Amino acid sequence: MHRLKHLVHRSRHVPLRTTSLSSYLWQHARFKTQGPNVTEQYGLKRFSTAEATVETRDPARMREKTLTMATLNPQVKAVEYAVRGPIVIKAGDIERRLQQGVKQPFTEVIKANIGDAHAMGQQPITFVRQVVALCCFPELMDSPAFPDDAKQRARRILQDCGGHSLGSYSASQGVECVRQDIADYITQRDQGVPSDWNNIYLTTGASDGIMSILKLLVSGQGHSRTGVMIPIPQYPLYSATISELEAVPIHYYLDEANCWALDIEELQRAYLTAKQHCQPRVLCIINPGNPTGQVQSKKCIEEVLHFAYEENLFVMADEVYQDNVYSSDCHFHSFKKVLYEMGPEYFNNVELASFHSTSKGYTGECGFRGGYMEVLNMDPQVNAQLVKLLSVRLCPPVSGQAAMDVIVNPPKAHEPSYAQFTKEKSSVLDALAHKAKLTEEILNSVPGIKCNPVQGAMYAFPQIFIPPRAIQEAQSLSMAPDMLYCLKLLEETGICVVPGSGFGQREGTYHFRMTILPSPEKLKVLLEKVKEFHLRFLEEYSQQEPQITGISQEQHREMSKQPD
Amino acid sequence: MSLQQEINPNVRNMKNLGYAILASRASQIKEELRQGARKPYKEVIDVSFGDPHSAGVKPLSFVRQVLAACIYPQLVNRDTLPVDVRQRAQKLLGRCAGGGVGTYTNTAGIPEIVQGISEFITRRDGGTPSYPENIYISAGSQWALSNIVSVLVNSQGSPRSGVLTPVPGYFLTNMAMTGLGAAVVPYYLSEEQGWELQVEKLHQALESAKGVCDPVALYVINPGNPGGHVQSRKSMQEVIQFVSEKRLFLLADEVYQDCVYGEKSEFVSYKRVLAEMGPPLSDTVELASFHSASKGFTGECGLRGGYVELVNLDPDVLKYIYKLFSKDSCAPVLGQIALDLMLNPPQPGDPSYPLYEVETQNIRTTLMHNVKRAFEVLNSLPGISCQPVDGGAFIFPRLHLPPKAIQKAKEVGMQPDTFYCMRLLEDAGVFTTPGCHYGQEEGTYHIRCVIMSSMENMEELLRRLTHFQTQFMKDFA
Repeated sequence: MHRLKHLVHRSRHVPLRTTSLSSYLWQHARFKTQGPNVTEQYGLKRFSTAEATVETRDPARMREKTLTMATLNPQVKAVEYAVRGPIVIKAGDIERRLQQGVKQPFTEVIKANIGDAHAMGQQPITFVRQVVALCCFPELMDSPAFPDDAKQRARRILQDCGGHSLGSYSASQGVECVRQDIADYITQRDQGVPSDWNNIYLTTGASDGIMSILKLLVSGQGHSRTGVMIPIPQYPLYSATISELEAVPIHYYLDEANCWALDIEELQRAYLTAKQHCQPRVLCIINPGNPTGQVQSKKCIEEVLHFAYEENLFVMADEVYQDNVYSSDCHFHSFKKVLYEMGPEYFNNVELASFHSTSKGYTGECGFRGGYMEVLNMDPQVNAQLVKLLSVRLCPPVSGQAAMDVIVNPPKAHEPSYAQFTKEKSSVLDALAHKAKLTEEILNSVPGIKCNPVQGAMYAFPQIFIPPRAIQEAQSLSMAPDMLYCLKLLEETGICVVPGSGFGQREGTYHFRMTILPSPEKLKVLLEKVKEFHLRFLEEYSQQEPQITGISQEQHREMSKQPD
Repeated sequence: MSLQQEINPNVRNMKNLGYAILASRASQIKEELRQGARKPYKEVIDVSFGDPHSAGVKPLSFVRQVLAACIYPQLVNRDTLPVDVRQRAQKLLGRCAGGGVGTYTNTAGIPEIVQGISEFITRRDGGTPSYPENIYISAGSQWALSNIVSVLVNSQGSPRSGVLTPVPGYFLTNMAMTGLGAAVVPYYLSEEQGWELQVEKLHQALESAKGVCDPVALYVINPGNPGGHVQSRKSMQEVIQFVSEKRLFLLADEVYQDCVYGEKSEFVSYKRVLAEMGPPLSDTVELASFHSASKGFTGECGLRGGYVELVNLDPDVLKYIYKLFSKDSCAPVLGQIALDLMLNPPQPGDPSYPLYEVETQNIRTTLMHNVKRAFEVLNSLPGISCQPVDGGAFIFPRLHLPPKAIQKAKEVGMQPDTFYCMRLLEDAGVFTTPGCHYGQEEGTYHIRCVIMSSMENMEELLRRLTHFQTQFMKDFA
């Protein structure tokens, strides 16, 4: 445990050096005399630059910094982003140590913390890559190695790009033909519900769209400050953006006992409570759920939309996992389609933004940073403000737009790439469905772990029992109990998952989020290791007597000697 | 049920630009031409943005070949592409988690690419050290700039935080700052001195901010956009002294560092000048320097790759900068790769080197030609005067509009130079942007056009502009 104390202590230091130029010169000279140094190789470790700076500087001559913790934008200070938080940084450190040959109780770090399918070995969909490669280097159009349907799509995209190049800025809303293809896709997905391409905006991943809409909608002061309703547990992008924008978060709790279903009464409760101190204006829904993996029923969506209609809420529907539904008794219903079926009074009034991405689904193209949003019923003047806001960052990556285009316009049955595309797509989705089941089953076989079915998305979010003594210890370290759990899991097994506290959870309950993305073999190993670890953890903290601190301090010193 | 109309006041305060009107008219005209409408020109020349490819510059083959091989790794094993291209792609792919471009990267970018950037900076700055951990790759430099500004701006502060920004300057940056709740404090560049930055103007700006806002940063663009001035070492030293005395954070937009044309001009980075000035300045002045794959010879605007290097930042603050960038996940991998290729191009002896040399030399020749020709032709026209262009991507000539034209603009409810741009677009099919977007001294008018275009484009543009200007001066005499 003192190993953890050490961690906590360290985490107050930034794993980054101060950047004084002259102090570096000084150190650099020292390195030269001492020969190569691990820290120099990676340049990431704090090798006492702070001390060095103090030693070499005359404090009286020091100019105070402009940007300090005292002057830093307080809203930025409030931002927390667990998916790339301390545990992930720690995992990176351990991975580097492994590479340097430092012994660990495991041989590899398994990163089950982030929904990054390709990093876990999933192969890209050939057709997507062919089209984007052709767009990037159009000389390949002459190559017989590329199928005609890929060439035809690439030509179409390039025709709408400035100078017929992916290297030109597009309009801030995106390339016109891509927007049209997305609208066609939505119409088809929603069985004929009309979609106007003027309502489609390409984005830099779905996150960018979500942040832009939130930014647009936050206003007012005090009681009139915008309140944003988010599920708990939620994806931390929402809480982080709300903090940054100084909006008021309104938490509605998903029902863990009922497969994380959204309970409309809970939504109302949260709304009424919040209305006393802020102006609730936005309702965020993640369907299929992240991190919770539930798929919303049509009836539930109707209730939510009715509620939003009654209370004048702008609905943000995060639907990036729309292709990731595994349970045979669940189906994805888009908020837009349900809204349409509720009749014109709803369809023509409820403000709705729906988000999609290239990063999830069966393509998993996270690195392209492609995504889009469809925005319905937005006031035309507000819409103009949205366009203005988007224009500041010029445009989303055009290569990501091209990838998005392929996803919404895949090969048709009569086209040459159809067979291979279909095969690749179903192979990815079948494997995910299998792993969803496997994860749920193995986790539920562990005493003290309870996992809801993973109906969709890419994550399991099991509840874990943490013994009171472990909770006490975490508290003494000013750490969330599930953070302590996850850090120990990482240090002992090399498995990197994200603590439930990063997503929010009912008080007194503890969870972690893990992806179901590793290959079935690796996933099995991972789950077995989690199982062993959990049992060990329970045993360790069920012991009667606390450990003698003297030994621990020694361990602590031992730890400090290790290079990092 | 009623639609929401109340929005974020910071967003509302962002200056709405006439650009949108021009842009939508330009696309209408393009559509009309496609449908066979008869106009005195066959196509619209778009020189409105610093977007080389859309202005006719060809992408560099090496860059595109490596990118294509990274996207579609089957190309690595086929001999369609040169061997060094395939090797480079293979190396880059090896650095991606999962061996491909479809994965997220570290928040700051792929470590080896970040390392490569820091090595480039060290090389560029004559050995001044650069730390990889102070570099963040982002989806274009504007994105990084927004993140840094949002750290600096205390929106709860009273008065508001302010940023000194050049006039004329880059309007999107100003918009971004307003959108983040900062007050934009203008400092005027001296047109007569070729858009030089004069420190007394900075003092004046600071004076003007008193009682209005609390200035926290100075934003400089070097080489200048849209003015095209390249700062001298001496001028930069003065600026550094100024920010040190006034305790301002220095934001140095250096995206045009490869675009220097003036015979006596040389790009020197702020970081280098700062290091050369020695302690205590070199230890204390906080600096963020921005660069991008969108400019220079690479010109890959659409891939969205840029970076910021931070100097002398408080380590506690850096932690929050990390969090802020984390929220964006990471920069597009292809944009990251484009940066890597831009900063580490083929070397003599590599199979791709000869072609790369020819292509970049062509672009260099074209740019020198364009700058020279544009300067000559524009200065020869009645009612237009133009400062020499030392660097950057634009020419920013002054329009001496006849009173009648100004009157006419007022009647139609437009800024005089927006009116001029609209007419130029309508009558000559040339899409430029008006000086009022960038800011200018009261009563002066300008237009901005990009010079990073093909020679043919530039010649055609100058031909059309000459004809148009002559007619315009006649019409409003």
